[in-house]
Amino acid sequence: MATGFHGVGAAVAALSSSPSNSFDSKKLLCSPRRSFPVRKGASFVADRSDGSVNLDLNPKARRAQQLIVNAVANKADSSPASSSSKPGHELLLFEALREGLEEEMDRDPRVCVMGEDVGHYGGSYKVTRGLAEKFGDLRVLDTPIAENSFTGMGIGAAMTGLRPVVEGMNMGFLLLAFNQISNNCGMLHYTSGGQFTIPIVIRGPGGVGRQLGAEHSQRLESYFQSIPGIQMVACSTPYNAKGLMKAAIRSENPVILFEHVLLYNLKERIPDEDYICNLEEAEMVRPGEHVTILTYSRMRYHVMQAAKTLVNKGYDPEVIDIRSLKPFDLHTIGNSVKKTHRVLIVEECMRTGGIGASLTAAITENFHDYLDTPIMCLSSQDVPTPYAGTLEEWTVVQPAQIVTAVEQLCK
Amino acid sequence: MALSYLRSSSSRSANLLRPLSSAASLRRPISTDTTPITIETSVPFTSHQCEAPSRSVETNPSELLTFFRDMALMRRMEIAADSLYKAKLIRGFCHLYDGQEAVAVGMEAAITKKDCIITAYRDHCTFVGRGGTLLEVFAELMGRQAGCSKGKGGSMHFYKKDSNFYGGHGIVGAQVPLGCGLAFAQKYSKDESVTFALYGDGAANQGQLFEALNISALWDLPAILVCENNHYGMGTAEWRAAKSPAYYKRGDYVPGLKVDGMDALAVKQACKFAKEHALKNGPIILEMDTYRYHGHSMSDPGSTYRTRDEISGIRQERDPIERVRKLVLSHDLATEKELKDIEKEVRKEVDDAIAQAKESPMPEPSELFSNVYAKGLGAESFGADRKEVRATLA
Repeated sequence: MATGFHGVGAAVAALSSSPSNSFDSKKLLCSPRRSFPVRKGASFVADRSDGSVNLDLNPKARRAQQLIVNAVANKADSSPASSSSKPGHELLLFEALREGLEEEMDRDPRVCVMGEDVGHYGGSYKVTRGLAEKFGDLRVLDTPIAENSFTGMGIGAAMTGLRPVVEGMNMGFLLLAFNQISNNCGMLHYTSGGQFTIPIVIRGPGGVGRQLGAEHSQRLESYFQSIPGIQMVACSTPYNAKGLMKAAIRSENPVILFEHVLLYNLKERIPDEDYICNLEEAEMVRPGEHVTILTYSRMRYHVMQAAKTLVNKGYDPEVIDIRSLKPFDLHTIGNSVKKTHRVLIVEECMRTGGIGASLTAAITENFHDYLDTPIMCLSSQDVPTPYAGTLEEWTVVQPAQIVTAVEQLCK
Repeated sequence: MALSYLRSSSSRSANLLRPLSSAASLRRPISTDTTPITIETSVPFTSHQCEAPSRSVETNPSELLTFFRDMALMRRMEIAADSLYKAKLIRGFCHLYDGQEAVAVGMEAAITKKDCIITAYRDHCTFVGRGGTLLEVFAELMGRQAGCSKGKGGSMHFYKKDSNFYGGHGIVGAQVPLGCGLAFAQKYSKDESVTFALYGDGAANQGQLFEALNISALWDLPAILVCENNHYGMGTAEWRAAKSPAYYKRGDYVPGLKVDGMDALAVKQACKFAKEHALKNGPIILEMDTYRYHGHSMSDPGSTYRTRDEISGIRQERDPIERVRKLVLSHDLATEKELKDIEKEVRKEVDDAIAQAKESPMPEPSELFSNVYAKGLGAESFGADRKEVRATLA
């Protein structure tokens, strides 16, 4: 099973920083995960569960994949310097995204970033801070407020072989670029009979924040999930944020990377050396026996909070962060269902037509015989997110509801 | 003009009966004679925020005969597509370009294959101009394997990557931001080439055009926006859709040029001018005043919103192929018989290509799942789930 094992080699003690943000991602695992098949000529790093980093590279990539010790740990504005006894360096999620982006821009001159206020301003969530000074105006481009056209331009540039990273200041704004994303980004590889690939990354924060209002609290993964030809991933920890960002940039397919507004300040210790996360893989957060809880992005933390209560009550939930929203990692999920026979999906999408709805259908279709009880799916309410704090809390799934749902499932 | 004095004894205007000797001297391959001729365009250029180029265009017999042949080929191809559509061998949407051939042909004469062209759905002739073969065209139209997009794109999705033809787009106006993205990539890789992003008078009212133009002007991109103004956006005449149909002025701070799009030489001159301008000064808009004889697409008769007199009037006075034919004949570059022979040859080529395309098989069922994703980093697609039926999407 996949795991959130991050260190290289020996087991790493749990993080010292705030408990709610950095949790059990460092449990040493028992069963090594099946590593992903290696393609001839492909260069990628498989995230192996036994902790070793599998570098199966072609010569060109080998140059780039040298072990970099303490490469970016000495940034002036990073979190407090790590003590030399612990491997890796500590940073916040937005810094991890920036690190991933910067490393890829160093590695491949074709990578460029475009978006509103990504250059001189440094990014509205500081993900691109410092990059414009380092790489110049032609590689970190401030665009006017014209999502439809700059997304289109990114796609056009990608058709020629450039690798743009298009940032939507808030995912919700990318609705204006829906035509470009659906028709051109997703479909051009197919309609051109394979002539063009679109190695673009479209990323941005979405999800329900702190009283940002209805239009700035949208969850676009449910709208984009039917578009053929794109891949969707959602990051949730600094480790997988950096890994997914790098994998997305290196992928030949268009990838939409969903970040969450409330997760940017999570702190975690991540390895110093080069690593990427597999785009199609789910992450085993907490192995267990009684019930499989599938979640992604911010709801992972609500689930883990609920898990603490559940453990005290004697339950043993298995928590999987699905990470890959399109396609689903039914291999990991299926193995888990075969073990526990009960599934709870906790997501932030709306009830109607969300990721949970698709996942429920996919699991029922494939693993119906292994289920002891119908799948339960906890989603946000089908309402525009209200401004008032209490109302906003009730739109999304809270840990208490998760605990109740598990108790009901396990009756 | 000098050439004709040198070459034959008969006067310039004697088109029909030629003495056998001079006819024999003309029987040589088309692509040889490059003696320069200067010809004036039909009308002067109108410019906005820039100096219009000169009306006198440098050309040569070889080029003019190539124009004639290429346009005749395109015309024949489109008419054959019309028949194939009516015979239900081509389905769905089929947008024909006959009448507008001068734009495709004149543009090619001014640029190289390193420059990019991107256009909308009326793309058959542009594709051929970029080097696409007739077989690829007809096979794609009929949804066969030999098509340029393997039969999976259709009429509106012709692409040719190796000659920098980026399609082939169905959604009106969406290709213009893509085109500005191509120009951005050209500037990024510093390869001294330009992008021609074509769109119609209907698409000229799309917001994303102005967004893309703004960004192109801001970043000094070598983007040339070409409005193929055939005066009708499907069934709506331009005066009913645009408050200001002076599309070449719509760029405001971006310079523009209005060109007679039925005159291949004028198109060539304008594109040459635009390429030089774009490489130095950033974006420029070209408005090609052209006309389509067919309706918007095969499901549109084309006569409910315009009169037959209008169509036949333009055909008589401004037809691009007739213009070149008159030029060739008046300059004694070929006899009328030779031109007719070229047309016959071209007709045969088209018929042969259609026959060959008809023999090409339909795509294999496994092609349904191929090319959804590109290979690499273990991207195998199984839809929203990972079924055992691993469609290894290559």
